[in-house]
This record gives sequence, C-alpha cells and structure tokens, in this order.
Amino acid sequence: MTPLGDALRERRWPEGRRLFPSLSVEENLLVGRSTGRSGPWTLARVYALFPRLDERRRSSATLLSGGEQQMAAIGRALMGNPRLLLCDEISLGLAPIVVKAIYDALPALTREGLSLVIVEQDIGTALAVAQRAWCFQHGRISLSGPADELTRDAISRAYFGL
Amino acid sequence: MLGEWLNTIVQGVLLGGLYGMFAMGLSLIWGVMRLVNIAHGDFILLGAYIALAFGETAGLHPLAALPAVVALMFALGYVLQRGVLNRTLGKGLLPPLLVTFGLSIVVQNLLLQFYSADSKALSAESLTTASLRLGDALAIGWFPLGVFLVALLMGLGLQFLFARTAFGRALRATSDDQETVQLVGVDERKMYALAMGLAFATMGLAGVLLGMRTSFSPTDGPANLLFAFEAVVIGGLGSFWGTFAGGILLGVAQSVGFRLDPGWGLLVGHFVFLAVLLFKPEGLFPKTR
Repeated sequence: MTPLGDALRERRWPEGRRLFPSLSVEENLLVGRSTGRSGPWTLARVYALFPRLDERRRSSATLLSGGEQQMAAIGRALMGNPRLLLCDEISLGLAPIVVKAIYDALPALTREGLSLVIVEQDIGTALAVAQRAWCFQHGRISLSGPADELTRDAISRAYFGL
Repeated sequence: MLGEWLNTIVQGVLLGGLYGMFAMGLSLIWGVMRLVNIAHGDFILLGAYIALAFGETAGLHPLAALPAVVALMFALGYVLQRGVLNRTLGKGLLPPLLVTFGLSIVVQNLLLQFYSADSKALSAESLTTASLRLGDALAIGWFPLGVFLVALLMGLGLQFLFARTAFGRALRATSDDQETVQLVGVDERKMYALAMGLAFATMGLAGVLLGMRTSFSPTDGPANLLFAFEAVVIGGLGSFWGTFAGGILLGVAQSVGFRLDPGWGLLVGHFVFLAVLLFKPEGLFPKTR
C-alpha cells in the first residue's frame, strides 16, 4: 500500500479501530462470529470481560469512546475464537486509565490458551502482562527473553542502540 | 367529482406499489455494493418472459410458475454477480455501469430474437379483472390490491432481513467496510452474489406481477428502470420503507397526471422526481444515522 493509499484508507474509516459504523456494538461483536469456529468465546463472556460494552450494547459503534472502540474491536476478534490474536498499539491515543482497563483483561485471554502478539510502545504496561518480549531495531531482533528478566535499561539500549 | 379524484389517488397508490417493488431491488444492490444496475428493468422483463415461456410450453398459470421464476432469477443473479459483476467492483462507478449497460442491450436483443417485438401478456383469466366496488366512483381491483400487499410484504421482509438476521448483519457490515469484513471471516464476494440473487428474486416476482397487470414488449426495460430510479431518488436511499414510499408517490403523481390529461401521466411523474432532486436531493425519507 502506498502512503497515499494509506492516507485515503484512514480517511475513509476515521474511527481507526474499523468497527462497522452502521451496526450496533452488539451487532459488531456478532459479526465477529462469521468465521464459524467454535470455542469458548460468546457474547456473555465478552461482556463479562468488558462490562462497558454490555452497558453500550445497543448504541451505534460510532458513538463509542476510543477505549470502548478498542474493547469492541478486541471483543469482535475474540468472537471468532482465534488461536492467535495480533494487536497493534493497543494504547495508541487512549488515556492511561483506559489502557490499564484493557491490559487488565488480557491475562484472562491467555489463560484460555489464546496466544497474543502485541506490538506496543508503552513498554512498562506491555511487559507487565507479557511472558516473552522481543525488541526490534531496524528490522532485526536486538533483544529477546522472558519478560520478567528484561530490564528497562537493557530495552533502552536495544531500542536506541545506546 | 371528489370520488373520481379519490379513485385516481387510490389507483396511483396501487400502481406505486409495483414501482416500489421495482425500486427495492435497485436500492438493495446499490446499498450493499454501490453498483447501479442499468439492466435492472430488462431483467424485470426477463422475469415476465420466463413466466410466459412456462405458460406457452407447460401451460402453467403465471402464479403457478412464480416460484420457479423467482428461483431461476435468484440463480441467474447469483451466477451473474460471481461470474461477471464481481470483476467490475472496486474500480470505481464506471465499470459496473458499462457492463450492466451492455447486459441491458444483450437481454433486450435476446428477447427480441425469441419473442419478436409484439407485445405479450401473461393471461390470468378473471383473477386480474375482478374488482371490489366501493361506491359509484371508486373500484379497487383485487389484483392491483394484491400486488400492493405483496410489495408491502416485500418491504417488510427485506427490512426484517437486513435489521434482524445474521445474513442482513453481514450484508450491512460488508456495505460498511468490505476489507474489514474479510478479517472477521465474511466472504464479501459471496455476500455480493447472494445480495444480487436476492435482488433478482424480487425482480422476478415484480416482473411476473407486471406481466399479469399490463402487456409488455422487449423494449420496455429502460422505462421500468427509470421508474425504479425515480422511486429510489424520491424516497431516498435510506430504507426499504423510503423506497416503497417513493414508489407510491411516483404512482400517485403519474395517476394524477393521467387524470389531468392522458398525455401528462409520465410527465407529471418526472416533474415530481425533478422537484425532489432540486429541493430535497437526499430524498424525502433519508437515512437517519
């Protein structure tokens, strides 16, 4: 995709998490079931994970706050019962308290046997829930290891090359 | 005098039901895949001719042939979308316009080849002539009333399908964002084919009812397309109800025009369409989001 193409795409879906604007929150979650894969995730379980979504189930996806949209996007992905969930910049543009609410929900996902790959610049938050971490510098892995063994200094060195 | 005008309006409303039926298929396709089907009117006629073929070869009453016509039209729409029209999507508005314009010419000429330019009619004996007499000036034909009710049911059915079922949900999601639906496991090309099949089923139904109501010939397609377009624009692209209401308004306008002067019917319909386009281009019943 060219930079121009990307710019156009962003303009067409300004809400960013790419929820379906003419569907309600609950309908967005239900569409996630289209994969037909069976597994542990149901509407009730997603609502238990993110109670905010339950409160807003009837409202249009366009009326959600950024954090609620992120929750709905994660919930929609879970409804497809994936084995692996790829998350890009969960914290992007969200208030710290909202970021915390979302990250607090993640350990419940991995307990189900679901694997999560999270690309994140908010290192402290990501390391708190991660089992393994990798740092990339210019497309190469510059540091890797169990998350609880990596220090902030080591990551800074690996990231900035200092 | 008043009774005659009332009669004019009632006949217009009943005629409008048929226009609403034409328009719902057009509106459905535009809503789901942003495709304007120029051959819409010709495929409606094809539905009537298929019923005619069943009548001529198997002696079937048009209503007895109706389920087969609807099923055949659904299959035709599905295959057409999968095989041809899906290839034209995603490249702007023009390619589907050109391809369906070509299809319109192909269908017209095939019909001319097989059925000549003579007008035909689907004969349904007394069913289409019986009427309910209400006073001196007002008589409601049972058949036009039935067509109107079928159109109403079609609107209800489509609205229900889109608002309440998993299929409708997937169609709306596909219409919103055809890249993201692929991420959640929806095959958008299959969705488009099913939507086109559904639209063709409504067109088959409308075509058979049209053929029972009036005579038809292979070159009538563009006029049907025009009425469908006008109904969609008058009603606004928001909902099947708006489209249905647009059809009724167009029917009443034409009927009133015919009442004023036999040459004015279509003209008054066009004027109402132009007035809506001029003063309320989003239609009288736009989508509220």
